[in-house]
Amino acid sequence: MSLGGGSGAGRRPDWAALAIAAALAMVAGVIVWSTAGGTSGGGYARIGPAAFPYVIAAGLFLLAIWTAIAAWRGDFPKREPQQLGPLAWIVGGLIAQMLLLTTAGFSIATGILFAATARGLGRGPLWLTVPVGIVLAFVVWLIFARLLQLSLPAGPLERLF
Amino acid sequence: MDTFSLLAQGLLTAIEPINLLYALIGVTLGTAVGVLPGIGPALTVALLLPVTYKLDPAGSLIMFAGIYYGGMYGGSTTSILLNTPGESASIVTALEGNKMARAGRGGPALATAAIGSFVAGLIATIGLAFVAPWIVSIALSFGPAEYFALMVLAFMTVSAAFGESTLRGLTALFIGLTLGLVGIDLQTGQARLAFGIPDLLDGIEVTTLAVALFAVGEALSVASSRAAAQQTIVPVKGSVWMNREDWARSWKPWLRGTAVGFPIGAMPAGGAEIGTFLSYSMERQLTKRPEEFGHGAIEGVAGPEAANNASAAGTLVPLLTLGLPTTATAAIMLAGFQQFGLQPGPLLFSSNPQLVWGLIASLLVANFMLLVLNLPLIGLWVRLLAIPAPWLYAGILMFATLGTIGANPSTFELGMLLAFGVLGYMLRRFGYPIAPVVVGLILGPLAEQQLRRALSISQGDPSILVGSPIAITLLLLALAAVVVPLILRARGKGQALAQLGANED
Repeated sequence: MSLGGGSGAGRRPDWAALAIAAALAMVAGVIVWSTAGGTSGGGYARIGPAAFPYVIAAGLFLLAIWTAIAAWRGDFPKREPQQLGPLAWIVGGLIAQMLLLTTAGFSIATGILFAATARGLGRGPLWLTVPVGIVLAFVVWLIFARLLQLSLPAGPLERLF
Repeated sequence: MDTFSLLAQGLLTAIEPINLLYALIGVTLGTAVGVLPGIGPALTVALLLPVTYKLDPAGSLIMFAGIYYGGMYGGSTTSILLNTPGESASIVTALEGNKMARAGRGGPALATAAIGSFVAGLIATIGLAFVAPWIVSIALSFGPAEYFALMVLAFMTVSAAFGESTLRGLTALFIGLTLGLVGIDLQTGQARLAFGIPDLLDGIEVTTLAVALFAVGEALSVASSRAAAQQTIVPVKGSVWMNREDWARSWKPWLRGTAVGFPIGAMPAGGAEIGTFLSYSMERQLTKRPEEFGHGAIEGVAGPEAANNASAAGTLVPLLTLGLPTTATAAIMLAGFQQFGLQPGPLLFSSNPQLVWGLIASLLVANFMLLVLNLPLIGLWVRLLAIPAPWLYAGILMFATLGTIGANPSTFELGMLLAFGVLGYMLRRFGYPIAPVVVGLILGPLAEQQLRRALSISQGDPSILVGSPIAITLLLLALAAVVVPLILRARGKGQALAQLGANED
């Protein structure tokens, strides 16, 4: 983690941090909206299922204001420039696994995730890493699904065995 | 005397062959995973939780004890040989240990860490066995109001007291508390924040959140910041054994580190790193060779490593006796208990004594196994360190998703893993601590339950919350935990607090 204390130069408002403040306020709003609409009646005790959500929403709202002030004054730690390409590879791999899991089975879906992650961190080529990932995931599937009886979704590959 | 017989019974449970096997598997897996760079004990425990799903409660918890201690030990190996502490509690170890390794004394550094961990673990576990019944007897007199005050104290110390920023600590805590709201309300059966999605009615799984924040978030963070400079592993040259002088310089720091670490871990404040920093500065003052500090002083490895392990055993005191997790690791262990319907706390000691004492005894056994296992296997662990980052993180994500799928094979659960992973990345990017989110998720619903219980007893009168001296004291301490650091930071003394920052554990 980077150490805090933006020295002098960073006096401009920090827009990303302001966005965090807005997001916190929005979450607080969603809690209030969902609680007011959904939960009813607290039973005989005055404090029912709605009280705690309201307290948390109030806390989040105060933190949103505090965050906005900190963002305005540029109190947030400096951030390193980020590369979005590698991020997209890993997120894409996770999404692919999520969507393929039930149809293609654990090994194929997870093998693709494996290859995409390695690609995100700069290792390829995919024609090699995808098969390697699938084989590895299949070994893991054998250990966990067969030996430890965990229920991992089976696909065409797993049904062969 | 009572403690002795209970502990002896526990030992009998622990040394049944099948339980010994569970402990051995736990220790080996824990070390193997913990030694991987970037993986701290919290993630080790979360990743390996699925391995224990199909065991009986006793066996599973025994394996867990092994994983916990193994993960701790693995972390220190990484910091000595790679200078990338996987967790904040190992930062200090990396300071001197890596210097020693560079000077060709990696073997003795690893040895003093291993033996120091053993000594500290042994003393602290025995301390746990003696302190626990005493705290249980006090805790039995606690009402809901006292429990609520205690949880508020834990919230504040975990989130606000240490670290870079009170604001970001509290925000992380409230994110966790918000996530804790999701699902069916325990007392009235009403759904909250579920938005009509059936998958959300059971609430958010602690393991899904922890794995996503720690593993997925870390992977995204490493991938996006190409600053991941090439790390060089320092090869272990020469003998791994310590010579006579090393022993002479090590044994006092071990004991002092234990004495510092255990009480800090046992307090509902959490954070093993505080003890390690205190121990380091203490050894620095007491040493006869101050010139060696900063260039690889063995005392600077021995003391903090002992403090680290002692406080890890210490965090089990509030966890087992009060059901109060004060670190991310403890929060995940609490989730491990809950999967068997066990709620740690004073009642567990009377309702299920074999289990509790079996667990405490297994900690002793695991500790002993680590010592036997680790010194000869150092070469193997070093080879694990050499796995290049792309393969390492690809493998980590494979196991991270495996755990989630194993617990609940649904597309929705994987979607949550991804969403929380992105959250974990954002938290890292903007300097938010992770542990308060995990602690908030698991402790929030418990705190709410106690609060509402207290208020139904008093028929809605909130003065019951400050109705006893214990509750008042705890709440005042909680207030101090927020206010004092704010004042210190305002006066420009924030640097020291940031150093004590709880990052991962």
